[in-house]
Amino acid sequence: MTDITINTITAAPRSSAWSRGFAHFRYVMTSNPVTLLAFVMLAAMILIAVFGPALVPHDPLATAADKALKPPSLQHWFGTDQLGRDVFSRVIVATRLDLLISVSAVALSFFVGVAMGACAGYWGGWFDKLSGRLLDTIMAFPLFVLAMGIVAAAGNTIQNIVIATAIINLPFYARVARAEVSIRRNAGYVQAARLSGNSELRILIEKILPNTLPPMMVQLSLNMGWAILNAAGLSFIGLGVRPPTAEWGIMVAEGANFIVSGEWWLALFPGAALMLAVFTFNLLGDGLRDLVDPQRRT
Amino acid sequence: MGSLGLILARVLQAVPTLFGIVVVTFLLTRALPGDPAAYFAGAAATPESIAEIRAQLGTDQPLPLQFVRYLKDLGSGNLGQSVSTGQPVASELLRRLPASLELTLTALLISVSVAIPLGVLAAVRQDTWIDQLCRFVVTAGVSLPTFFTGLLLVYVFYFLLGWAPAPLGRLDMLHITPPPVTGFLVIDSLIAREWSTAWSALKQLLLPSITLALFTLAPIARMTRASMLQALASEYLRTARAAGLSSSRVLMVYAFRNALLPVVTTLGMVFSFTLGANVLVEKVFAWPGIGSFAIEALVVSDYAAVQGFVLSMAVLFVLLNLVIDTLYTLIDPRVRIDG
Repeated sequence: MTDITINTITAAPRSSAWSRGFAHFRYVMTSNPVTLLAFVMLAAMILIAVFGPALVPHDPLATAADKALKPPSLQHWFGTDQLGRDVFSRVIVATRLDLLISVSAVALSFFVGVAMGACAGYWGGWFDKLSGRLLDTIMAFPLFVLAMGIVAAAGNTIQNIVIATAIINLPFYARVARAEVSIRRNAGYVQAARLSGNSELRILIEKILPNTLPPMMVQLSLNMGWAILNAAGLSFIGLGVRPPTAEWGIMVAEGANFIVSGEWWLALFPGAALMLAVFTFNLLGDGLRDLVDPQRRT
Repeated sequence: MGSLGLILARVLQAVPTLFGIVVVTFLLTRALPGDPAAYFAGAAATPESIAEIRAQLGTDQPLPLQFVRYLKDLGSGNLGQSVSTGQPVASELLRRLPASLELTLTALLISVSVAIPLGVLAAVRQDTWIDQLCRFVVTAGVSLPTFFTGLLLVYVFYFLLGWAPAPLGRLDMLHITPPPVTGFLVIDSLIAREWSTAWSALKQLLLPSITLALFTLAPIARMTRASMLQALASEYLRTARAAGLSSSRVLMVYAFRNALLPVVTTLGMVFSFTLGANVLVEKVFAWPGIGSFAIEALVVSDYAAVQGFVLSMAVLFVLLNLVIDTLYTLIDPRVRIDG
């Protein structure tokens, strides 16, 4: 049915859903070059995360005492660190771990948050009250500090960094999901679906949730950058990732000791990589938001 | 209801929040891996000595009883002993709190006094270079990791230019700490008429607070711009213009005062970010505040200290939000009428 309406409105020749999706994507990309740039940067980042470790010129963990603290050169593009390790290789290799931490944290809090918010918004009642209280309590903490407390209590591992980052992101998703579901709870199409005998769970999952996805996706992309910053902040203060693992936050922390004596390349390059990643997701989020809701453009 | 009643009601609202915070910090203490008694007893402990310490700590009792005990301890201001320093956590936190507050408040002062004019100008001169500048600052501000900006500033202003002092705490070795009055070194040394100490403390304070301010600038500038744009497009503003009021009066009295309200509400979220980012900035600049205390405690798994830190930060955040809401009630007459 959707096929027919779209075709009659746009009068386009019948085409597959795939190529229509691509056409829409191309329209979005060409209408805003900044969003296009963000998508290209995201693609590059994913490629680096997947293939980077196989392509780097040096072993990211190989130490060489005779080449310690050398400034950037043709052989070592980003210089070497205090143990003679190649900073360029380490920055590239770290991409995978950093993206993995933040993607899994955001994915975790997205699914839990949507499930929680959707149930609260659809059925209301005691679950709504309980989850609302829980979210209020999370928000009553300065979020980064709460994450520190969780990691300190649960143990200093990468897994717990992911969980802590997921918990402090939870309120954002759950609140958007709750709001979006509760305004659609009694919409015309939902009542129609109810009258034709669909179960409540089926209505929620098949009729309402797909409609709440666009604003949720925007929230997802906007929060991604923040999640990366938080995870890197935690490893900067020595939680989660342990040396000699290559990770941007811990690399900046190690390089921090050498900034005062002028060895800037140790901290600058991982820091810049981190900044670029956060920047990409923020641009992407802004672009997507303009797309979904032109009114909120600021 | 008068504004006093509203403020009182708001204070009462904070009670369940505070209770929730206490429950969460209590649960965090209980969630530690392993047995804290075994940890305290050390490696050479016998089962009897562990049991003894367990009874002493109260961890052999059921959870609700432990919670009551925890509440009692909190009521008497006891946050436990810090393993690493051997001092009570509460006194340690109190001793370091002024340093953190000095840093945070200076940073907020800087960022508010830059962000609000910037946001207003960006909205008034929409789509000019100042608007573009505002957009750039906002996007860069939320993308830059605080610890990274701090390091960059240290490199440029300490190593390259030599304008800033070494990033090593609140005061260099040459000066003696003035007698504490407010706990804020700059103000204290001004009170003690130690001009060179005040200058030195100010120089130490400048770089970390600018770092923190750069981070909090973005949300405030963004919100100011958005709400100012909304106010500029409103009908009461059109009426004010049509009535022939001077453009400065229209802008400052009618638009700005109305645009300020949403900005005050965003301050709550900004505080949350600031208190978190504070920890990172304190580490970069070796600032002896409660954040660096917590980091030292984290490294040696000093749980009581970390929990005390989390609890006191959360309470601080609740209090700050209370102040903001009180301000809001005082500024906005609509809240009073609706209430």
